Formats: sequence, structure tokens, C-alpha cells
Amino acid sequence: MQFLITVLLDGLIYASYLFIVSLGLTITFGVMKILNVAHGGFFAWGAYLASISIIYLGDNEYNSFLYYFAIFLSAIIVGLFFGYIIERFILRKMYNEDIHLIVLATFGLFWILEDLILHVFGVDPLMPYYPAMELGGIELGGIFQGVYSLTLAGLAIIVAFICWYFLKKTKYGKVLQSVIFDREVSVSMGINVTKVYLITFIIGGMLGALGGAYIAPTISVSPGFAIDVVVMSFAVVVIGGMGSVPGALIGSLIVGLVRAFAVHQAPILELFIIYAIMAIVLIIKPEGLFAPPKPRKI
Amino acid sequence: MKLTNLKTLGKIAITGLIASILPMSVNAKDTVKVGVVSFLTGPAAGPFGTPAKQGAEIVIDAINSGTMPAPYNTKGFAGATMNPIFSDESGGGTKQVGLFRDFVQKQNVDAMIGYISSGNCMAIGPVADEVKMLTIFSTCGTERLYEEKLRSHVFRTQGNAVGDSLAAAKYIADEYFKGKVSTADKMYTGINQNYAWGQDSYKFFKLGMAQYVPSAVGSSKPQFPKLFSGQYGSEISALSLDKAKIVHTSFWNGDFEAFMLQALVRGFFQKKILVSSVGGSGVDSLDKKFPDGVIMGTRGNVGLIVRNDTTPLNKWFIDSYKKRYGAYPLGPSYQYARAVMLYKIGMDKAAKAAGKFPTQDQVITAMKGVTFESFADTIEMKRGDGHQAVHSIAYGVTKYNKAKGEPGIEKVIKYSASCIYPPAGAISQKWVESGMPGRKCN
Repeated sequence: MQFLITVLLDGLIYASYLFIVSLGLTITFGVMKILNVAHGGFFAWGAYLASISIIYLGDNEYNSFLYYFAIFLSAIIVGLFFGYIIERFILRKMYNEDIHLIVLATFGLFWILEDLILHVFGVDPLMPYYPAMELGGIELGGIFQGVYSLTLAGLAIIVAFICWYFLKKTKYGKVLQSVIFDREVSVSMGINVTKVYLITFIIGGMLGALGGAYIAPTISVSPGFAIDVVVMSFAVVVIGGMGSVPGALIGSLIVGLVRAFAVHQAPILELFIIYAIMAIVLIIKPEGLFAPPKPRKI
Repeated sequence: MKLTNLKTLGKIAITGLIASILPMSVNAKDTVKVGVVSFLTGPAAGPFGTPAKQGAEIVIDAINSGTMPAPYNTKGFAGATMNPIFSDESGGGTKQVGLFRDFVQKQNVDAMIGYISSGNCMAIGPVADEVKMLTIFSTCGTERLYEEKLRSHVFRTQGNAVGDSLAAAKYIADEYFKGKVSTADKMYTGINQNYAWGQDSYKFFKLGMAQYVPSAVGSSKPQFPKLFSGQYGSEISALSLDKAKIVHTSFWNGDFEAFMLQALVRGFFQKKILVSSVGGSGVDSLDKKFPDGVIMGTRGNVGLIVRNDTTPLNKWFIDSYKKRYGAYPLGPSYQYARAVMLYKIGMDKAAKAAGKFPTQDQVITAMKGVTFESFADTIEMKRGDGHQAVHSIAYGVTKYNKAKGEPGIEKVIKYSASCIYPPAGAISQKWVESGMPGRKCN
């Protein structure tokens, strides 16, 4: 029982982290049909900006609220700033280009964002651990879990709920779904697709940055740390289905739980098993488990 | 032959003579150009690459100006000023081999110093011999470098990973098991990065434990997460559920800091004893939050282990480093500094023997098998046909120094090289498995 509870908790925490990061990636792909490799850059910048802010605030229990304010503000600033610049001045000029060229462009942008980090923040690792240390640990299922890491699951649930509400219950959400379904039809119905693209890219960037900003207090934030995260996010969206929000959720859960189980039972297979699942999904259902339906065009 | 032709021939001959002498005199007496390679970008830059570069800078500047304490107080390298060209080690073996060739063939360096990654050392070693370029590896740890093949142009001033792991096992036997320990507490496991360094470190730790504490039992599920994975929630849970009390790690760079942080908030160190072979460089990042009671090594008598050592050379290095960079020198700072020191020893010794500015072959001959004073220990180039260093390795237990307000270490035990490294010519694994014949422990 203790084993099952622990695997479940470990899996859920990791899945929550993956979900927040991959959600931005899958939304961007769903709307814009762009595989945004630069998403890792948003993640890294979110982590760095939050780290600098938290370290600036200092190790002080009276700053608890400010730590979280700094985390969310960092994500918003990074998403707005880089999201706007990249979409408005680079991607918008490439929408008529071959899709592979756009992927290469975002790949280049990822490295530019990474390199900028070196120039702005330097190479020294940052450890903004105060929020995580402040919350400490709690005994669940016989072993201690970090409370801060558990809040990640709460954040993922909130993000998932907001996303669901936004897509299903708001007018803009319906507009977004329309663009996801068919861009040309949306244009003919009078939807300002250019504006939708810009807002979507910014929101996607904010989610990527939020993942980085929120995880920063539990890691050593150093140059290059985002590469693995973005690769793992690709595995999640491939398994769940490119462009599918429920797919990102299910994909994250599959990856998180399977990885946790492997770490406990067969550590050496930890990575193999994730990519084996991805390969199996690609063979059996190449569009992913929950890929959105494609319109039939005559 | 006409007089004008003779004059022309004479001019050509004189010009040729000047041309052949000039580069030699400039290179020989004024400067030596040396490539210094460490991680300047990526996750290893902050805790390893940058302190390494800074350590090299301190010593190079001091030697160039003749201000380093004895026995390194003569000016320059065989009188020449070193002109270091710093380069980034990131990007993997293929890229580094390309850059190495570029250094040798386009930049015409006199020597190469550095390299942290074992993978890079294994890639560069054969190339250095092929292009006949004197190369001093400063940090990388794989024992395979000299056990697979002897190297003619490659030296390494850092002992290999075998010593680090065996010393860790010996320290546990001497310090942790010296009292009455229950069978359950004799179980051990590990969390190491899933590549050569991590795998080899744990392998030799296990082999060492089998020799020093035959009754100890290794876990069936040691953890090997991916290098730079950063998230260790599941691994910490698995280690927590494991009955093993002792947890070995050779984590370095940001991985070590992230693991410590995540384990700390989960009360991990209240139940487990962590044995870290190279975590010394991560202690300062957590400062007073770093847990007491971690068995800590620094791959030699460097960094955290020797902060209070008052050997003049060590004191000078710490003071100079703190004055220039505002922090204590870390293990890699020492490792790069002593690679530079070996180069100076070789150059000076060869120049003295030759009575003139030495050739590369003369420097190599001078460096082979040499014993030299490092900061707080002695380095003996006694393995790998005189190209591979051995030195003592110390372990201690972390204890925050409240008086000084900084991380500290206590219960330090120093193990001599003859205790933890196989004799010359032996293969490490076979030597340990056969009971470490001939070892002499203090």
C-alpha cells in the first residue's frame, strides 16, 4: 500500500509539472500548427526571472506571498515580452512558409533565448529555494513529500480547470476552437485569426514560463537545464495528441505515472519506458491518443 | 656567377635565417600560448567550469608575474609568459576534438590544459597523441584513460575515480562502522548519473564496500537518473523506501544541488547517510541549509576539505581567490591550478636540463614521473608510465561552522595514494576484486 501511494504521488507531481509545460506547447500547436521548439526558452526564462526575483526578495518568511506573486508575474512578463516579439516580428512573417522552416526557426529562437540567458544572468547556478524550504515536508503514505511539490499538483488542477472553462464556456474559447478546427473557415466567418495567433502564442509562452518559474525553487537553475524538459514535453504531446488539451493531461499522467513506477521497480528503464510508449503510440495511432478531429475537406 | 646573383642569394639566405630564428625566439623566450578548456556554458559552468577557469587564471597570473609562493616563485614558464586562450568544453566529444585540432593546427598552441568531462578526455586523448600535442588533463576521472592504452603526450594531474570511490568505502568502514552497527544499517544503495562517471563511481564503490565491509549488502535498485535531469522526486521516494541506510552519490554540478534541495525538504537526511564523492563544490550554494552529517569528499585534498589548511601555498591560493572572486576556491579551481603548476615544473626543469628554451619532447620527459607539491598535498605522476597522477584523498563529515558562519567539515581522514589506487600497471577492477594486493593504508 505504501508503495502504491508513493508511486501515485510521485507520478502525480511529475505529471503536474509536465502538464503545465506541455499545455502551452500543445495549445500553440493546436491553434497555429507550429511545433514551437522555442517553448523551452520560455521555460528557462520563466525560471530565471522568478529565481532572480525570489533571491532579490531574500530568505524571509514574511515574503511568502511575494514569492508566489513573483513566480506568476515572471511567467506573465516572459510570455508577454518574448511571445509578442517572436510572434509579431518573426513567426507572422513565416506563416506562408513551409512548416519545416518554421520549426527550424523556433529551434533557432530556442538557442537565441538560451544564449541571451548567459549574457543577462551569467553562468552561475541560481537556487531560489526559499519557498520550497519554507513549506517543508509532510508525511504521506509513510514517507515525506515536499509540500511545495504537492502544490504543483494543485496548480496543474487550477490551470486545467481554467483551460477547460476558457475553451468551453467563453466566447473567445469557442473562437479558439474554431481556429483549431479550421483556419480558413474561421477567416471566412470573420474571425481575426492574426489576433488569435498572437494571443495564443503569448498564452502558450506564459504557460511554458510558468512551468519554469514554479519549478525553480526546487532545482538548481543553470544554463541549458530546459533542454530535457522540452524534449519530455514533446513526448507528452506526441502520446496525448498534438494540439489536444485532454491529450496533454492524459499524456502527462501516463508519462508521470509510468516513470514513477519504473524508478521504483526498474530504475534503469526509466527513460526507455517513456519513449517506448511514445514509439508504440506513434505506430498504433500516429496522431496521438486524443488528437483533435481533422475536418474533411472536399 | 654574377655578383648581383650572389648578393641576391645572400639576401635570401639571411632572410631565411632570420625567418627561421625569429619565431623561435619570440615563442621561446617571450610567450607560450596555451589552450585552457573548461565548461563555460551549460549546467556544469557555474559549479565547475567557471571556478576551474578562475583557479587557472590565479595561478597563471601569479606565475607570469613571479608572485606565486615557493616553489613556484620564479617568473614565467621557462621564463616565458603564458598567454592562455580559454575555450568552452560544452558540446560533446566530436565538437571538442574539432576545437582541439583547431587549437593545434590553426592557433599553434604550445600546450593544452583542462577538460572536466571524462567523455571529452577519452575523445581528446588519442587525438593529442596523434598530433603530438602536450596535453594536461586536469579533472576528468575515468580510469580507462590510461588502463586501455598508455599515452605519449597526455598527462593527468587528477587521480582517477577509482580512488574517490574506494576512499569513500574505506571512510565508511573506518568511521561509520567503527561502532556496533545493525545488519539493516549495513545496507547501501546509490544515486548516480547515468553515464560513465556515475556508473563507474558506483561500481568501484560497490567493489570497495565488498572489500572493506564484506557483510554490507548492496541494494538491488540503485538509481541512475539521466545526467542533468534536475527532478528527483521519484528517486528520493524510491531511496526512502529502500531499506539501505547508506546512499552513495557521485552527483556533481546542478544535479547535486537540486538533489540536495529536494531531499532536504523531505527529511531525507534524518533517515539516510549520504556519501558524496564530489559534492564539495555544491555545499556553498545551500550554505547553512546544507545538512550536517553528509560524508563528503572533494576528489583529493582540495576545496571544502582544505579550507582550514594553513600550508603557505594553500593559504595563498585561498586568500588570492577570495580577494579576486569573493568566494572560496572549489575543487575544480585547485585541479586546474595544479595542471598549470605541472606545466611550469616541466618547462622549468626541461629548460634547466637543456640549458636553453626547451622543446616539447624535453618538457614531456621532464614531466614524466615527477612528484610535486600541490596546495595541501603531494601529487605523484606515478601511474600510466609516469603520466597519470595519484594523490591522497580525504573524506569528512559536513558540519556547519557557526563561529565562522560558513559550511565546514569535521572528522577528516586522509587516505594515502598507496591505499586507494592500484599499483602501476595494474587494472583497477581486477586489482580491487583480487583483494587490493600490496595496498598500504595509513
